[in-house]
Amino acid sequence: MGLRNFFDRIEPNFTKGGKYEKLFPIYEMVESFIYTPKTVTTVAPHARSYVDMKRIMTYVVIATIPCILWGMWNTGYQANSAIAMLGADAATGWRIAILQALGISLDAANPLANVAHGFLYFLPIYLTTLVVGGIWEVIFATVRGHEVNEGFLVTSMLYTLILPASTPLWQVALGISFGVVIGKEVFGGTGKNFLNPALVGRAFLYFAYPAYMSGDSVWTPVDGFSGATALAVSASDGYQQLAANGITWMDAFYGTIQGSFGETSTLAAMLGLAFLLMTKIANWRLVVGCLAGMIGFSLLLNVIGSDSNPMFAMPWYWHLVLGGYAFGLAFMVTEPVSASHTNTGRYIYGALIGVMVVLIRVINPAFPEGMMLAILFGNVFAPLIDYFVVQANIKRRARRHV
Amino acid sequence: MEGLISLAVKAVFVENLALSFFLGMCTFLAVSKKISTALGLGISVMVVQAITVPANNLLLNTLLKPGALAWAGFPDVDLTFLGLISYIGVIAAIVQILEMFLDKYVPALYNALGIFLPLITVNCAILGGSLFMVERDYNFAEAATYGLSSGFGWALAITAMAGVREKLKYSDVPDGLQGLGITFITAGLMAMAFMSFSGVKL
Repeated sequence: MGLRNFFDRIEPNFTKGGKYEKLFPIYEMVESFIYTPKTVTTVAPHARSYVDMKRIMTYVVIATIPCILWGMWNTGYQANSAIAMLGADAATGWRIAILQALGISLDAANPLANVAHGFLYFLPIYLTTLVVGGIWEVIFATVRGHEVNEGFLVTSMLYTLILPASTPLWQVALGISFGVVIGKEVFGGTGKNFLNPALVGRAFLYFAYPAYMSGDSVWTPVDGFSGATALAVSASDGYQQLAANGITWMDAFYGTIQGSFGETSTLAAMLGLAFLLMTKIANWRLVVGCLAGMIGFSLLLNVIGSDSNPMFAMPWYWHLVLGGYAFGLAFMVTEPVSASHTNTGRYIYGALIGVMVVLIRVINPAFPEGMMLAILFGNVFAPLIDYFVVQANIKRRARRHV
Repeated sequence: MEGLISLAVKAVFVENLALSFFLGMCTFLAVSKKISTALGLGISVMVVQAITVPANNLLLNTLLKPGALAWAGFPDVDLTFLGLISYIGVIAAIVQILEMFLDKYVPALYNALGIFLPLITVNCAILGGSLFMVERDYNFAEAATYGLSSGFGWALAITAMAGVREKLKYSDVPDGLQGLGITFITAGLMAMAFMSFSGVKL
């Protein structure tokens, strides 16, 4: 109990009137990160629930663990394979030096070597995100007197997982700054934003530095290697061509393909989604709506068909496993803050995103990956959907009591 | 027909007047506090746009274009320099008529819109629609489609904006940004979400 006593001893310094009053948010952040917050509701009505903000956010972070592990492995796997293909000359940089110093080989068949290599790409990006985003969080919390909460852990983790592994660190810092400040803090912090802050940061980078964020050479962080994502291949040559590039459906499902850190593996995202659904943090209506929208609209496009655009023919089970669809479905569509809040609205909101993702992938040659933009688009319309659902409800009830 | 449909989709989403050309910002920012009012204004912009763009198209093709006056015996006359002033005149007259109509038949909407209805006259989205029509050489059917769908796109944008702003009532915006500041930021973020359509070829 030494740690508890230490916190109790130094707490008066940070509360009102204390020496470091201004630094209270930092104290609170560290304390509530380690211990359960002790603040309880003091005024009626008392609603009791086992869920608090800390628990929700921690659960989401736990749910991303399969994606993180798989992302590390896959990044290392892609990098090691690329090095094996290009020859040892391509193996340069500090990561290789560290790996060699530790005696870890660059063998793509060795899972541990892959994870170690991937970890060295994951860690700098994640640390930069945490430090830069954390500084903004603390500045806003100190000046505005609210608390730094675990929501930022979720934002930073999701943000890291949707970036390509080769993103330069200054861009990582810029993106998370934009996401945290413009996407969240100017609206008052966690729970008061209307767009997903991680996506805002990612989309900002996407539009500001398209050369670094899309194309063929960004996904595998080895100089001189270029590998198109499965969606880019499908957009130019049709999904049938994927088999010729050595990508089977199961590859895409397990996630041994090109893509951002955490988004390649449908399996890992599904594990996370199952955990979120079980703990009732994700609302199943959003998932059902999003799946129905995606499946329905891609079936419709299959029927319509097109001579010039091979994406029309892409079946829904390919849409499901390629690109960021599964990851976005698990962690971003289900995000409660920026989604619709009414039950009927959740179906509509999910379906809107499902339709939009297929629409963007199929008819927009500029963005073969579509999930991120589709979710942002859904976020914009979520309050409007709620409004119409509520109005319909009011009308129905008013008719009942004429 | 297919051409008209893709023109309509393009005018609503890809070339959204409010969120990709940033036209009609004054009303877009000022009248988007409540969804019901925004919806009313959106519909009136749509109606005005759907009438004025084809009307100006007729005006252009029968009076202003070089050679358009051939039917009156003046094949060499070019009146395009009168374009701007005639389009504005048509818009002003049609808005005036719409205002009288609303005053008589939909007084609730008339009161809710208040000063903003006459202001539609000088709404850049409306004049912008007519000028785009001239610049892109639309024929009458295209002009009618474009007018209706670009108005619809603007209405969609302002209603979504109002939805977001109603949600933002529960936010805790810093003092310096309250009001127009946060509205500008919101509009910018919405425009970013609408960029998902940029690059769509139809």
